[in-house]
Amino acid sequence: MSNYPDTYRYTKEHEWVSVEGDLGTVGLTFHAQQELGDIVYVDLPKLGLQVEQGKALGSVESVKAVSDIYAPVSGEVAEINDALTSAPEKLNEDPHGAAWLVKLKLANPGEVQNLMTAAEYQTYIGAES
Amino acid sequence: MIDKVRSHPTQNEPLLFEISSPGKVGYQLPALDVPPVDPEGTLGARNVRAEIEGFPEVSEVEVIRHFTRLSSWNYAIDLGMYPLGSCTMKYNPRLNEMVARLEGLAWGHPYQPETLSQGALEIIAALEGALREVTGMDAVTLQPAAGAHGELTGILLVRALLESRGNPRRKVLVPDSAHGTNPATAAMAGYTVQPIGSGPDGRVDLAALASLVDEETAALMVTNPNTLGVFENGILQAAEILHAKGALVYMDGANMNALVGIARPGDFGVDVMHLNLHKTFSTPHGGGGPGCGPVCVKQHLEPFLPTPRLRRNAGQWGWDYDRPQSIGRVRAFYGNFGVMVRALAYIMAHGGPGLRNATIDAVLNANYLRKRLEPFFDLPYQAPNMHEVVFSDARQAQRGVRTGDIAKRLIDYGFHPYTVSFPLIVHGAMMIEPTETESKQELDLFADALIAIAREVETDPELVKSAPHSTRTSRVDEVAAARKPVLRWRPAPPRQAAD
Repeated sequence: MSNYPDTYRYTKEHEWVSVEGDLGTVGLTFHAQQELGDIVYVDLPKLGLQVEQGKALGSVESVKAVSDIYAPVSGEVAEINDALTSAPEKLNEDPHGAAWLVKLKLANPGEVQNLMTAAEYQTYIGAES
Repeated sequence: MIDKVRSHPTQNEPLLFEISSPGKVGYQLPALDVPPVDPEGTLGARNVRAEIEGFPEVSEVEVIRHFTRLSSWNYAIDLGMYPLGSCTMKYNPRLNEMVARLEGLAWGHPYQPETLSQGALEIIAALEGALREVTGMDAVTLQPAAGAHGELTGILLVRALLESRGNPRRKVLVPDSAHGTNPATAAMAGYTVQPIGSGPDGRVDLAALASLVDEETAALMVTNPNTLGVFENGILQAAEILHAKGALVYMDGANMNALVGIARPGDFGVDVMHLNLHKTFSTPHGGGGPGCGPVCVKQHLEPFLPTPRLRRNAGQWGWDYDRPQSIGRVRAFYGNFGVMVRALAYIMAHGGPGLRNATIDAVLNANYLRKRLEPFFDLPYQAPNMHEVVFSDARQAQRGVRTGDIAKRLIDYGFHPYTVSFPLIVHGAMMIEPTETESKQELDLFADALIAIAREVETDPELVKSAPHSTRTSRVDEVAAARKPVLRWRPAPPRQAAD
C-alpha cells in the first residue's frame, strides 16, 4: 500500500518535503490523497513566490472539498509540476513520486528539523484515524 | 429499437436542441399590416443576422411537454422531507404566497413615488422591527440579496467601523466548524483568515481563542448554534475576549431556527449578524434567488449600514440617502421586496408564541431523530444538539460504505439526502436537520429508512454502494464530471456525406 520514504520529512498538515542541496521538493502524502479522495483540481503557486513555513502554498480540490496546501519549509518557488494541472489524478496515483507539487529554494534549511520523520508521521496518522 | 418502454417519470428527456427539427415554430404571426422596415438600414448590417446557428426549432406542445416533464423530476419540500442539515428546508406556507401575490404588493414598482408606496414601506419597517425584536439587535438592513451577501455586508460594516477608529485591522477568526462562506467573506473583505480549532465537545476552544485575539483582530465569525447543532455556551466569554481587544463578534445566523423566541444574539454579545429569510422565516429557497439576507447590528454599527435607510418623517415613510458614513448600496433599489412580504407574513401568522413553538419543535424533532438513529450510526460529538444532528459513517465505513453512498440509497427510499461530508470536522459527516415542519409520522418513516439502510450495509453493502437504483439516471461519475466538465451543449459535427 503506502510507502513513506525515510528520506522525506512530513508535516501535520500532510505534506512531505525531500531536500537535495538547497532545493526542497514538496508533495502531498499518501494519507492526504486517500482522505481527500479523487483529486480533480490542483492550484499551484507562481514561480518566484516567497513562501513561509506553515503558510498556504496552493490548494487541492477533490470531489469532497478544497484543501489548502501548506509550505513545509520557507523558500522561493523554483519549479512547479505543471503536469498536475491537466492530470490531477496523478496525485492519487503517485503522491510520493511523480506527483510532486513544487520545488522550493530553501530560505532556511534548518527548518526541516521541525518536521516529522517517516516513522513519526506514521504514528501521527495512526493516532489521528 | 423502441425508445419509450418506461412510464414517463423515468424516461429520459432530450435537450430542446436535440428535439429540434428545421422549420418548426411555436407561433403564428398575422400578416404584416404596416410598411416593412429594412433592419439593416435601421440597425446597421453588423447588428443584423439572417440565421441563428443551432437555434432549436420546436412546436408549442413540444416546449410545454419538455418543461413539464423536467418539472416532474424535481424533488421538493412539497413532495416530502428534505433533511439537508444547515439548509433549514422548512415548508413554505401557502399563506406567504397569497399575501405576496396581493395586487398592490406584487405590482408595486421601486420608482413609484414614496407617497404611493406607504404600504410597502410600512411592510419593510414592520419586518425590520420584527427582526430587531427576534435578534435583540438595534438596527436592520434588508438590502442584501442572500445570506453570503449579508455576511459580506456585515464584515464590511466591521471594517468601516474599525477604519473610523483609525485601523481596519488585519485578521478575522473563523472556527473550523464554520460554513465555508465565512472564510470566503473575510477574504473578500480584505482580511486574513485565522482558523480556530474546536474543543473535544465541538465548541470553540476558548483558550485557543484568547491566545489568538490581539490588536490586529477585527472580528470573530461564529455560527451559533454551530454546524454541529451545538450551542456555543461560551459565547459570553468569547464576546468578552473579543471586546476587551476592541474586536467585534459577527454571528452567522444561518442556524437561527434553533434560537428564535428562546435566545437573542443581541443579549449574548453579538455586534453584527445576518439572517437567512429562506431558512428561518420560510421564504422559498428558490433557484439561487431572489433571496434576502438581512444584517442586524448594534447601535455602534448603525451609521455604516447600506444606503438608503428607511425613516419616518411627519407621519410618512421615506428613504434617507444622507448617510455620510454608510458603506454605500449593496443591492439595486431596496432588496427583494417580495421575499420580505413572505417573511413578514410568516412572522405575523405565527406571532411570538408561535415562532417560539416552531423553534421548540425543530429542536425536539432533531433530538427525536438523534435518539432513534443513535443505536445504528456513530455520533462523534456527544454534546446536546439543538435543531440538527451530525452522525458519521464510521461504522458503515468498516464495510466500505461511506456517507455519500448512504445518502444515495436514501433517494431509493423516497427522501432527499441529508447533507453529506459537512461539517468538515466530522469525518464522513451525515448532517440531518428535520425542521419543525415534519410530523412524528414522517420522522419515523425517515428514521426507518436510515435504519433499513444501516441493515443493508451489514447484509448487502454493494446494494448501498451502487445506489440509487430507482432513478432515471443511476449514479453519476462525479470525478469525471469534475475533472472533465462539459459546460455547454455543442451541436454534433455535421455528418460527412457518404462517398
